[in-house]
Amino acid sequence: MATLKVNGQVMTVDVDDSTPLLWVIREQLGLTGTKYGCGIAECGACTIHIDGQAVRSCVYPVGALAGDEEITTIEGLSEDGSHPVQQAWVELDVPQCGFCQPGMIMAAAGLLNDNPDASDEDIDATITNICRCGTFTRVRKGIHLAKTKKA
Amino acid sequence: MTTVPGLSRRGFIVGTGATGLTIGILAACGPGGKDAPAEAGPPPPEVNAWVHIGTDDIVTVRIARSEMGQGTLTGLAQLVAEELECDWDYVKTEYPTPGQNLARDRVWGDFLTGGSRGIRTSHDYVREGGAAARMMLVQAAANRWGVPVEECSAAKSIITHSPSGKTLRFGEVVADAAELPAPESVTLKDPSEWKIVGQSVQRLDTVDKVTGKQQYTTDMKMDGMLNAAVKAAPKRGGSLKSFDAEAVSSMPGVKAVVQVDDTSVAVVADYWWQAKTALDTLPIEWEDGEGSNFSSSAFEADLDAGLTASETFVGNQAGDVDAAFSNAAQVIEAKYNAPHQNHACMEPMNAIAVWTPEKCEVWCPTQNGEAALAATSEAADLPIQNCEVYKQLLGGGFGRKGASDYISQAVKIAKQMPGTPIKLLWSREEDMEQGFFHPITKAYCQGALDADGNLTGLKIRISGQSILAGIMPQALTDGADMIVFQGLLPSGVDARVEDQTIKYTFPNLLVDHAMRNPPVRPGFWRGVNANQNAIYLECFMDELAHAAGRDPLEFRLAHLKDSPKMATVLQAVADKSGWGADDGLSRGLCCFYSFGSYTAACAEVTVGDDGELKMHRIVAATDPGYGVNPQQIDAQVAGSFVYGLSAMLHQEITFEDGETQQKNFNTYNSMRIAEMPEVETLVMPSGGFWGGVGEPTIAVAPPAVLNAIFAATGKRIRQLPIKDQALR
Ligand code: FES
Ligand code: FES
Repeated sequence: MATLKVNGQVMTVDVDDSTPLLWVIREQLGLTGTKYGCGIAECGACTIHIDGQAVRSCVYPVGALAGDEEITTIEGLSEDGSHPVQQAWVELDVPQCGFCQPGMIMAAAGLLNDNPDASDEDIDATITNICRCGTFTRVRKGIHLAKTKKA
Repeated sequence: MTTVPGLSRRGFIVGTGATGLTIGILAACGPGGKDAPAEAGPPPPEVNAWVHIGTDDIVTVRIARSEMGQGTLTGLAQLVAEELECDWDYVKTEYPTPGQNLARDRVWGDFLTGGSRGIRTSHDYVREGGAAARMMLVQAAANRWGVPVEECSAAKSIITHSPSGKTLRFGEVVADAAELPAPESVTLKDPSEWKIVGQSVQRLDTVDKVTGKQQYTTDMKMDGMLNAAVKAAPKRGGSLKSFDAEAVSSMPGVKAVVQVDDTSVAVVADYWWQAKTALDTLPIEWEDGEGSNFSSSAFEADLDAGLTASETFVGNQAGDVDAAFSNAAQVIEAKYNAPHQNHACMEPMNAIAVWTPEKCEVWCPTQNGEAALAATSEAADLPIQNCEVYKQLLGGGFGRKGASDYISQAVKIAKQMPGTPIKLLWSREEDMEQGFFHPITKAYCQGALDADGNLTGLKIRISGQSILAGIMPQALTDGADMIVFQGLLPSGVDARVEDQTIKYTFPNLLVDHAMRNPPVRPGFWRGVNANQNAIYLECFMDELAHAAGRDPLEFRLAHLKDSPKMATVLQAVADKSGWGADDGLSRGLCCFYSFGSYTAACAEVTVGDDGELKMHRIVAATDPGYGVNPQQIDAQVAGSFVYGLSAMLHQEITFEDGETQQKNFNTYNSMRIAEMPEVETLVMPSGGFWGGVGEPTIAVAPPAVLNAIFAATGKRIRQLPIKDQALR
């Protein structure tokens, strides 16, 4: 049994404490925007925010939550797709297949939460998500463009 | 103008069966569609199989090819919309299903999406479909006004009668148009008249991908659905001997433990995480088979033997190579290799299946809808008419999802639980182990130079694996796999591979293949054999230029006199990059022709004293004949570089005791943003032919970078990947 607050809503789920947060979000809560890509914190497809910080949810046991953290998934990043990163992503047609993009966007938004003026070096150090379609050049442009936008 | 007489019937079945079709389309949207009210008003008619126009003017373009990120959906819609003369803002797309295709006499042609064929082999009939629909709409308007059709024209979804200035919207005449007979012939626009094709319009499928709303197969839900995790024999040739279902049957959520087929076992549970957890603890015994002791390191000797073997298949031969070598002033040789690789699509293999004794339905990502339907029918043990496949957006394909192995598995599990929707998802580890691997090869390159530094003879011996022998032996040509020679084949010999020919002219040439097949199933991997062949040819050309004391650009151009198109793209990247500039950057070149497109790259790198590689920029040029959407071509070029450079930098699958030693991205790394060079894409369509976009450029990035590394260090890297090698 775990209680968690996701996208502003408090929910209780009946799962084993060791269940990764990713699977609770996808399966018990039905928020399927967050993706599974590796399960070992390598690819970033499962990136969400916990109290505004980007976290790889596939290796985060639900039992490790206190219950009062603010968890945000891609569905809760903005109400209508208007987060600066989302606006920039649409403007630049960043996604290809799109499968890595919820994680990529959450990682980018997490970076800008911490560092609204992120430089190329900051991007290199922080955005370590895998994109097999290879959208990196537009991801970089997108982060810089997002810095100029308002929600 | 291109007039197309005697149109094939496939594009022009006028929509009488619209009811059935609309229901099919609802179902195609996913399981949710099954519950959608089937009688929600009379369905609007379709104008023809390619185009549906609503009374609200919304144009729905049916796309047979699969969208997997490459933008084909948008590009094909642009081609239809161009001829239809509709307002681009009203355009939507949808997939017809393979079952509908079958039921309608394959009206949409084949569904296969591979070989960068998404646009280049369907542009003609989708444009014809758009043009025919426009003619019918205009005719319907002319009939309503009682005026000659010649006085009417269409633009932006509005039909205008010029003499009177009267107008009608497409949506107002669509019902009449659907009643008209299809035109006997259509006239396609001259490319110079294109207004939508050739424009960098935005993709039609972006918004949902940034909000998390975009559903992939694994995101779908159905009433009563259970989740399955599967494990197949980890060793090549292995099979399933036994498993102890009892040991896990009381674990949380577990509903069943089933033998899927001879080689695999699955756990079915309420949730996938429960299924996977149980599967990980399930005691399983495997049986060894042929290949179960296969070792990549031991296989090296076989590959090496092939490099000098006397029995080979000849791919390309010109002049008298032996004479050239005996008269040479200088002979240069080098050996290269390219390892096995996994596709590692971001979205692991998955499918949903529901089986009943009467019917089997599948929802899945696939690059080959018709093969998926055939696989469903076989696994379901039901006639193909009783089966249907609803294609979903792919989370990457790269060739891997042209195979239907995971679809068969889902059906075989579902068949053991009649009526219950089963969602099968592979773990990343399963995905790594059960690949259709990029084939392993080595090459022995030899060049003869005369006293003036002219290349008088060239030999390229490829030793290694054939994809066709492994998975499509019926496509071999007298035992030879011509695809092995991608980009190295002679022109004018075999029309099937004319799009994979060498553009250099060499007086004396021999390209041959010693086939050496390991017990590892091979597959088509984005770019296929062009990837390593470009390295073999273009790195060795660089070696020859240096041995001859000639500039690598000049040396290449000297052999491109018969291919002005290739010379043009090569010169363009050299110029744009500043070839020869003294600015602290080291440059490397490559040009290659594959999938019908001319491509070139100039890489700019530095290599630190500690051997650290920094790729600063790659200037790339492509001439695909026509460029439907330049900004998406740019996305494909940059994306293909990530795929190709990830392989060059990091990726190799090795086997020990028949099992992959790499199980996940920690040991099979993929490039990250920090390693990514800037990419400057020159889209240079010269017209008159249709080349591919998704794959051709993948081949040029690695050789350009490897040549640039040499320019920086004086050291050749001939082993791939370069990950553990000292660059200095
Ligand atoms: S799924 Fe969590 S990092 Fe890959
Ligand atoms: S967009 Fe396909 S994996 Fe990133």
